[in-house]
Amino acid sequence: MKTVYLDNNATTQVAEEVLEAMLPYFRDFYGNPSSMHTFGGQVGRNIREAREQAAALVGAQPEEIIFTSCGTEGDNAAIRSALMTHPDRRHIVTSRVEHPAVKSLCAHLSGQGYKVTELPVDKDGLLDMTQYERSLTPDTAIASLMWANNETGVLFPVERAAEIAAEKGIMFHTDAVQAVGKIPINMKSNVIDMLSISGHKLHAPKGIGFLYVRKGTRFSPFLIGGHQETGRRGGTENTPGIVGLGKACELAAANMKTENQTVKRLRDKLEAEILSRIPNSRVNGSRLYRLPNTTNISFEFVEGEAILLLMDDYGICASSGSACTSGSLQPSHVLRAMGVPFTMAHGSIRFSLSIYNTEEEMDFVIEKLPSIISKLRGLSPYWTMGDQACSVQ
Amino acid sequence: MWEYTDKVKEHFLNPRNVGEVENPDGVAEVGSIACGDALKLSFKLDERKRIKDVKFKTFGCASAIATSSALTEMIKGKTLDEAMKVTNQDIAAYLGGLPQEKMHCSVMGKQALEKAIENYKGGPPVEPEAKIICECFGVTEREIEQAIRENNLTTVEEVTNYTKAGGGCGGCHDAIREIIERVRAEAPPARPKLSNVQKIKMIEETIEREIRPSLKKDGGDIELVDVIGNRVLVATRGTCATCKAAELTLTNLVRAKLRDFVSPELTVEEVTQ
Repeated sequence: MKTVYLDNNATTQVAEEVLEAMLPYFRDFYGNPSSMHTFGGQVGRNIREAREQAAALVGAQPEEIIFTSCGTEGDNAAIRSALMTHPDRRHIVTSRVEHPAVKSLCAHLSGQGYKVTELPVDKDGLLDMTQYERSLTPDTAIASLMWANNETGVLFPVERAAEIAAEKGIMFHTDAVQAVGKIPINMKSNVIDMLSISGHKLHAPKGIGFLYVRKGTRFSPFLIGGHQETGRRGGTENTPGIVGLGKACELAAANMKTENQTVKRLRDKLEAEILSRIPNSRVNGSRLYRLPNTTNISFEFVEGEAILLLMDDYGICASSGSACTSGSLQPSHVLRAMGVPFTMAHGSIRFSLSIYNTEEEMDFVIEKLPSIISKLRGLSPYWTMGDQACSVQ
Repeated sequence: MWEYTDKVKEHFLNPRNVGEVENPDGVAEVGSIACGDALKLSFKLDERKRIKDVKFKTFGCASAIATSSALTEMIKGKTLDEAMKVTNQDIAAYLGGLPQEKMHCSVMGKQALEKAIENYKGGPPVEPEAKIICECFGVTEREIEQAIRENNLTTVEEVTNYTKAGGGCGGCHDAIREIIERVRAEAPPARPKLSNVQKIKMIEETIEREIRPSLKKDGGDIELVDVIGNRVLVATRGTCATCKAAELTLTNLVRAKLRDFVSPELTVEEVTQ
């Protein structure tokens, strides 16, 4: 059975070019770049190149890039650094829809005596910027808002948010894990202090990412150890990962147009066809301010895990924000924050595309999905109640 | 990804007895769309008062659908008394087991069955003290008590897995803890009289399974020396032998466990050997 992979916000396929670029660093050039001998030291040059490639993707200078192990590490390093370098400030501003890497960290810090403001979002998943501005106080050490939401693809105006924070002398961090490589980012034209990304969301392998730290920003390292990353992140460099991430960043820059034209067209087609063929379905989140590759669609009166398993039978891979898939008993915190009614929240499916998806794959999903939903609706006690059921909350 | 058995998958992909029985003798709806799963069960009896036809409609995940399907297969042809004997564990066992976090699906099946039979027996179900403990999922005290008794639950997490209670805001965790303590303290059902051989075997098993692991954590150990009537003679080893708190351990842990698992009449004595 062919796999139709539409779960690229969870992780992506490693690009062939990336894998090829990495292999020599497992097989032949396994030396430690810190070594004095040529065999090890020569690898340092390749790391420099990768840093330049990574910096180029986001319009940064190479020395502003700190390689990390993942997005979560970048988020932790950024927020903790802001707190360490501003010991007199005890307040963090973030949103209700952040990835657990930020959300759980802030909850943890709140238990340690920090005050955390979680900004609400409206039904489209958007922030009230006036409320954001008002939440910033002289006690605020850092504001951390995601660039793009992993579940809905909704974009926050983080560049504007960073300006507002800067005017008040407050550090600004963004978790850009889902945004980098999908939308153009240029750190030269904004004032964001720190930005974290993860390699495996843009066709690099798992286990590598980077944190951008603007030149001149006070930084306190999260991993303390050797002098690697100019002392800002201890630990022997993950050379194959770094080289792979560099290559992936180069590819992402080259594919930005495809992402925003071809991928977007496929996503729009998939979304439009699903909405027109399946009654009582709707898109969650703003369709105006959104990543080009993501659509989050709810199917009323059916449950997400059941949809995923029936799609799995056809080799179609996607995600759901339903309670049953999250391992908790409540639907996703993102959909709840948006006030998506329960009739819809339990039946939400996220399709996230990449440049490797094809028109045929969209047609396949469009063909199979309506019968999957109607099969489950045939089982659902709410569906037969017809119009009345629409008032069930 | 959940690890479902082939039988769960098979019942999910090809659910039996979907729909609603026409002119049912008994019908019930449990769960709600807010909670993420709901089950509507209806049945009809034949002239010998056996379940002739039973159908379900379920909103929920794969295991909710599979347990509903399994339940209908299990009770078809049974009298209502026989059907009432089906427990949520029987439903899970019929499917070759369910992930712990999904046990609440089997409990939902059992609840629907009970409510449908109550409905047949007349009028709305009587729940004199339908006190809601978990506001998030609308779980009553009675439902929690029943799940604790029937499944021998001991922690809040287990109660959440079986009933969903406590899986939302977490505000009822203390209340659930109190219910667990209260139910666990209830007199255990009368046990059949044990022969001496059975008694000694059960004492050994209880020491091995319930007592030794927690003593070993602190570097201690215990050995069964003899059993005379209801007197259990034990010797302490390791750090327990020299520990001043050992006497407390003996009364609190060892006696409690042995009384719990073997017989409430046992006494524990420490001997040096």
